Amino acid sequence: MSTTNIPGANGIIQNEPLLWEKGKKGRRGMCVPASDVPEAHFPADFQGQGVDFPDLSEVDVVRHYTRLSQWNYGVDTGMYPLGSCTMKYNPKINEKVASTPQLAAAHPMLSDALVQGNLQIMYELQEYLAAITGLPGVTVQPAAGAHGELAGMLIFAAYHKAKNSKRNKILIPDTAHGTNPASAALCGYKPVPIKSGPNGILDIKSIAAVMDEETAGIMVTNPNTLGLFETNIREIAEIVHAKGGLVYGDGANLNAVMGIINPRKCGVDVMHLNLHKTFSTPHGGGGPGAGPVCVTEELSKYLPSPRAVKEDNTYRLDYGGPESVGRVHAFHGNFSVLLRAYSYIRTMGAENLKKASQLAVLNAAYIKEKLKGTLPLAYNRPCMHECVFSDALLQEDKISTLDLAKRLIDCGYHPPTIYFPLVVHGAIMIEPTETECKEDIDQFIEVVKMIVREAKENPELLRQAPMRAKTRRLDETLAARHPCLCG
Amino acid sequence: MKELSEVIFVEELKYTEDHEWVTGSGATLKVGISDYAQDQLGDIVFVELPEVGATFAKGDQFGTLESVKAVSELYLPVGGEIVAVNDALGDAPELINQDPYGNWIVEIKPSDTSELEQLLSVDAYRQLLRG
Amino acid sequence: MRYLPHTDDEIEEMLAVVGRKSLDELFCSVPDACRYDGVMGLPEPMDEWQLTAHVAQLAEAMQVNHTYNVLIGAGSYHHNIPETIRTVMSRSEFVTAYTPYQPEMAQGTLQGIYEYQTLVTRLLGMDVANASIYDGASALAEGLLMGLRVAKKKAKVAVSAAVHPHYREVAKAYLEPTCYEMVELPVGPDGRTDLSGLATIGDVAAVAIQSPNFFGVIEDLETLGKDIHAAGALFITSFTEPLAYGLLKNPGACGADIVCGEGQSFGLPRSFGGAALGMFACRDEFVRNMPGRLVGQTQDLDGKRGFVLTLSTREQHIRREKATSNICSNQGICTLIAAMYMSSLGGSGLGELARLNYSKAEYFKAQLRAKGAKIVFDSPTFNEFVVEFKEDFRPTYERLLAKKIVAGLDLGKFYPEHKGRYLFCVTETAAKEIIDAVAGEVKP
Repeated sequence: MSTTNIPGANGIIQNEPLLWEKGKKGRRGMCVPASDVPEAHFPADFQGQGVDFPDLSEVDVVRHYTRLSQWNYGVDTGMYPLGSCTMKYNPKINEKVASTPQLAAAHPMLSDALVQGNLQIMYELQEYLAAITGLPGVTVQPAAGAHGELAGMLIFAAYHKAKNSKRNKILIPDTAHGTNPASAALCGYKPVPIKSGPNGILDIKSIAAVMDEETAGIMVTNPNTLGLFETNIREIAEIVHAKGGLVYGDGANLNAVMGIINPRKCGVDVMHLNLHKTFSTPHGGGGPGAGPVCVTEELSKYLPSPRAVKEDNTYRLDYGGPESVGRVHAFHGNFSVLLRAYSYIRTMGAENLKKASQLAVLNAAYIKEKLKGTLPLAYNRPCMHECVFSDALLQEDKISTLDLAKRLIDCGYHPPTIYFPLVVHGAIMIEPTETECKEDIDQFIEVVKMIVREAKENPELLRQAPMRAKTRRLDETLAARHPCLCG
Repeated sequence: MKELSEVIFVEELKYTEDHEWVTGSGATLKVGISDYAQDQLGDIVFVELPEVGATFAKGDQFGTLESVKAVSELYLPVGGEIVAVNDALGDAPELINQDPYGNWIVEIKPSDTSELEQLLSVDAYRQLLRG
Repeated sequence: MRYLPHTDDEIEEMLAVVGRKSLDELFCSVPDACRYDGVMGLPEPMDEWQLTAHVAQLAEAMQVNHTYNVLIGAGSYHHNIPETIRTVMSRSEFVTAYTPYQPEMAQGTLQGIYEYQTLVTRLLGMDVANASIYDGASALAEGLLMGLRVAKKKAKVAVSAAVHPHYREVAKAYLEPTCYEMVELPVGPDGRTDLSGLATIGDVAAVAIQSPNFFGVIEDLETLGKDIHAAGALFITSFTEPLAYGLLKNPGACGADIVCGEGQSFGLPRSFGGAALGMFACRDEFVRNMPGRLVGQTQDLDGKRGFVLTLSTREQHIRREKATSNICSNQGICTLIAAMYMSSLGGSGLGELARLNYSKAEYFKAQLRAKGAKIVFDSPTFNEFVVEFKEDFRPTYERLLAKKIVAGLDLGKFYPEHKGRYLFCVTETAAKEIIDAVAGEVKP
């Protein structure tokens, strides 16, 4: 008998088989309404054999997913300092707003007059994001950050095509988000990697040396993935613009700078935002998110369509002109996510959003200061919303960043982002966000210090970790060598 | 990862700066990766092999090796035609980790044997790793 | 502000630790020229109760709301959603977690996605399904790009004109900056794709067919698949209504190589078109060309079963610009909702519900025919069909709207040749009385 098949539980962590390993033929977990029309004959030529789904009762299904949920860790469970992901608290009122029956039941192809409430929300959210970024043209259609990047690159391509300018390269710093090269490549751009300077930020000369008239522009993550503000961004933008290129701002790290910087003034032409990061919509175990794109007035005509517009106090969808890059989503993007972000912005207002950024940076700076004697800092510069350490000291004890991360699980924390950014060896990237209070942060700091002590005194505790999770360390090599992707 | 002193070298092989080894001198050559390379890559989970009959110039990418979280490209040390690939690696890519010198990846018919002269001797390769 | 826990004293204390005098000073690395001037132009903050009242006003502004019977499908379907899904799927351990990068503390999400992948392969008759794409439209675009990768040197893809018009628009937008060309295949008088011109196009990597198609018509996938394969192209199928496969032969059985579609019908509210769920499946041999995340089964150090994200070397964070797509994690919780829906219905329930949808639509057709309306396509349909009325239907539509019924979708905007014809959809949620009410308003 294998361990998974032992009935019962490990403490209160229940065992639970796969869906099709439980249930009995003939059970049913939801009602199918009784038919009030005659049964129609279906042509046998097209009829299938029936689908092999397990038959489960309602209790079977509810217990199954309740138990699964208990093997998970979320922001509501505890601190989740996953760098670059902005795992802040997800307000509960936003969930209620998103499930408002009148809004949530709307069919996406109803005519504008019938859905004024939803169009108003889309329009106002567009306006809010424009105010936050200083970029007046906004689409809320992209369904995720990477989708926003793609929309942004489509806009780059449409802009250059309209100018009859053939460009096939794009500059991407080594401190940009990992998705950027793939997004650019989808639009036929070859990424030209740019090394950040010795202080972790871009220097002007390295851009000037490569920016030419075959280069579509640059994709900058600011603050970058080292948590550092790109101080030279304006000068860099000037160089790119002078050669006819555009500046893409990856807004994944906007949580550090709301109301503090103005992306437009930094020279950014196109920017995507991650509503699931900065604007607190829940991450859902990996989605759905939303990745609206904000652009300058000049580029507005290239935005995906349709967009909500307001005329004489009524709202309608505007399908744009022939310059629009077209649709990137079947309908209006992840509208239920937009509702949550709308609700968050209305709850916070300008002052609180700015305060959130300030406190996000304060929390990160505090962790950086308190831990810099324990773990080596990648760059000792003023950090924004996240701080990055290297594994240089751990290596002396033959302990890896992964070991430290797994030990944090045993201590009740979600580990930080590890091994990213690639420019730092064994990177440990901590983003506490503004919603963690001082005593929780102090406790996290003490735990990291304890683990670093353990690395010297009892390294097996780290190498064997986690011991207290649902499973022990999982064999990713086995999974990749002999893929088993369905049961 | 291994210390340099733990890395295995095979005296009679030729090496490249991309950490591949070459054996044979006549009609065909076998190509694999060095112990240093397999150790750096970690557990190899997939080997993408070229089609037999394909031709490549020296330095062309002819395949890839994948570990769980990295992909590394394989470059042909000498130009020529692929005459055989090691099919055993399809089901068991771990063979490269277990015995990198016993498990070749491709066999080629070189188009210009003079290119062999540009390969590194074991001493030169050892020196390269010392940096 | 209730989401910001810091007291003034704590802020002072923390600033002292980091050696700054004020919160502003934390941003000393930001040049003046980059700074935001003044205060962001946003409305004043609302408390929970003000917000609730404000949202109630917006809800009020929805002329068509949840009390209406909306007889439109076209890629977004109204099906009953059991309360169990709302309750269990709002558990914060699911909702407030992120991508399972640390598998030992995310086994719930991982096993849930593995189960989703499995149920999708069984539904579609395919070997492997990924953990999702944004929606049915982007799934089609990704499917076409994948087809081009698999076929290597070919430069064209062909897409049936009976594929959802928005899906075709999205595919076009994705392909626009590439060197590839998208060709449309016409629809015959039976409402099915006409492949007769395929041979003359040439250089086609893949052909995409939707079934049931935008007109609700069930395509003869088996025959199309044979012809497409005979032309040397990959066979991609798309769908907007997965419930149909409770009754129909699945795409795998019809020879599909790549299947992509929309999973909203399985437990997700219409929600103005999103969050949606792009389902994506293919044959084993193509898995390394597949876009999107995959969960695989493995073991832990004790040999116990567990699940991890796997085959990641296809993806953007590792293969960078050579990745199979730029997509990262996307519709996470929607996959779990769909799996919970599929397992709640079970195999027999899915068949029964699909049959009910089919019967409702057939009943509706009969009632309309009795009033002299023409069902435009004779071919079998699932829960949608196209109707042509003897007279302008607009006045009837308005009368029905006043009775809280939205009677179909005018096709003119999407197909000029079908102007004035309406696409109707009925699911299990449309009672016989509603169907009768619509037929009752139609002038014979």
